[in-house]
Amino acid sequence: MRAALFAAAAFAAFSAAAQDTQGRNLAAGCAICHGTAGKPAAGAPVIPLAGLPRDHIATQMRAFRDGTRPATVMHQIAKGYTDAQIEAMAAWFAAQPR
Amino acid sequence: MKRREFLTYAGAVSLAGLAGCATPVPSKARVVVIGGGFGGATAAKYVKLWNPSIDVVLIERDSQYVSCPISNLVLAGYSGMADISHGYEGLRRHGVQVIRDEALAIDAARKSVRLASGSDIGYERLIVSPGIDFTFNDVQGYEAAMNEGRVLHAWKAGAQTVALRRQLEGLRDGGVVLLSIPTAPYRCPPGPYERASMIAAYLKQAKPRSKLIVLDANPDVTSKPGLFKAAWKDLYSGVLEYRGNAKAIGVDAKTMTVKLEVEDVKGDVLNVVPPHRAGNIAMQAGLITTNNRWCDVDWRTMESKKVPGIHVLGDATLSAPGMPKSGSMANNHAKIAAAAIIELLAGRAPSDMKILNTCYSFVSEKEAIRVSSVHQWDAGQGTLVAVKGSGGVSAARSEAEGTFAWNWARTIWADSLG
Repeated sequence: MRAALFAAAAFAAFSAAAQDTQGRNLAAGCAICHGTAGKPAAGAPVIPLAGLPRDHIATQMRAFRDGTRPATVMHQIAKGYTDAQIEAMAAWFAAQPR
Repeated sequence: MKRREFLTYAGAVSLAGLAGCATPVPSKARVVVIGGGFGGATAAKYVKLWNPSIDVVLIERDSQYVSCPISNLVLAGYSGMADISHGYEGLRRHGVQVIRDEALAIDAARKSVRLASGSDIGYERLIVSPGIDFTFNDVQGYEAAMNEGRVLHAWKAGAQTVALRRQLEGLRDGGVVLLSIPTAPYRCPPGPYERASMIAAYLKQAKPRSKLIVLDANPDVTSKPGLFKAAWKDLYSGVLEYRGNAKAIGVDAKTMTVKLEVEDVKGDVLNVVPPHRAGNIAMQAGLITTNNRWCDVDWRTMESKKVPGIHVLGDATLSAPGMPKSGSMANNHAKIAAAAIIELLAGRAPSDMKILNTCYSFVSEKEAIRVSSVHQWDAGQGTLVAVKGSGGVSAARSEAEGTFAWNWARTIWADSLG
């Protein structure tokens, strides 16, 4: 029983790490406009994604994707990502220091 | 370029050069990177960022990176060399050992790189991000004319960017500039058309009786054609003349002529971009797989399909379908390689990645246009393909896109080198 619980916990930790790596890898693409780890330069005309609430990032990405939030570019980028990928990126950005 | 700015640029070069020479070459490193452009610099930084315990050595022959993006604005006088020149201090702060040297040869069997200084450096994983070199012989008379300064490519930003700007400044009002574009694929698909826009903007403003003739080896504008042609019609009518199917096969420095297959065209300034291929070290190392020009890779890891243990990035790669040779792509290739190499060194399987491209082009001093795409691994096709329904171009040219274009440039410089 104890061994099974331990295995489950280890698996959960492994899954969390894998999801974190997935989020990190997906989010890396955003850095060309939003800055390394979601930190743009001071005064940049883009939103700093580091440390933003996870739900806010995910909601906005879906709004770009669905066309309910107008954009110059993000409507075209957001269409490239699934819900699961948006969640993974949002979780990773939310966990980054501002 | 203003004199003061030139002095700053020259000063920065010599200081960074001294710093580079002081770094001793280690006998080996787990990851060695050849080439400190958008691909190589980003790869070196991200391996350290994602796993600081891995030692990373970057071999770069120049003391500064001079960015091709924004270099077309330097030609028009809207930006300067200081803006586009970036040192390697940022990478050193991340713990990357930056060695100023040139990789001359790779011994893949011994997993070792021979440097111009005479040292050898061993590696577990090698990243080769060599950019391009030109196949000058495709344009008869080119190399001799270039060495006399009679024809320039300025397709690697740096000394030729400065020289071309000087030639444009020296042009008499009423003179003719020729801009010749090679057959695709070449570095930066929209780059030549941005350059045409910037040269036309300068002529219109400073030498209004002059003319730019664009000689394109391709049948039509290869990137953002609708947006470029609308800008040219609205802004540069009478200044910019575009000719498709106009492939340069030779240049004559004496008569300042570009020879096409069917006719000769004379100009006062000759900006001829010759065809190119993966950089010389890729050729030396036997990494080239296709058309004697490009290096095919496994897009899950960027590992060469020909030489195991070597990952190839950037313009040197045989581009996946719909993928441009761009700075954004090289930066993203680097992240695929960094993530994969960290997993491979740990004995784990790399996971699939998804990468994105965004390329801005200026069409006037303040207005820009853009193209974007998202690419993901397709197991069936065995390559990266554009995600259906994603990507596209700007609705119209705008100053807002111009603001985002400058943000992109400053941010990708910082993400790659900062």
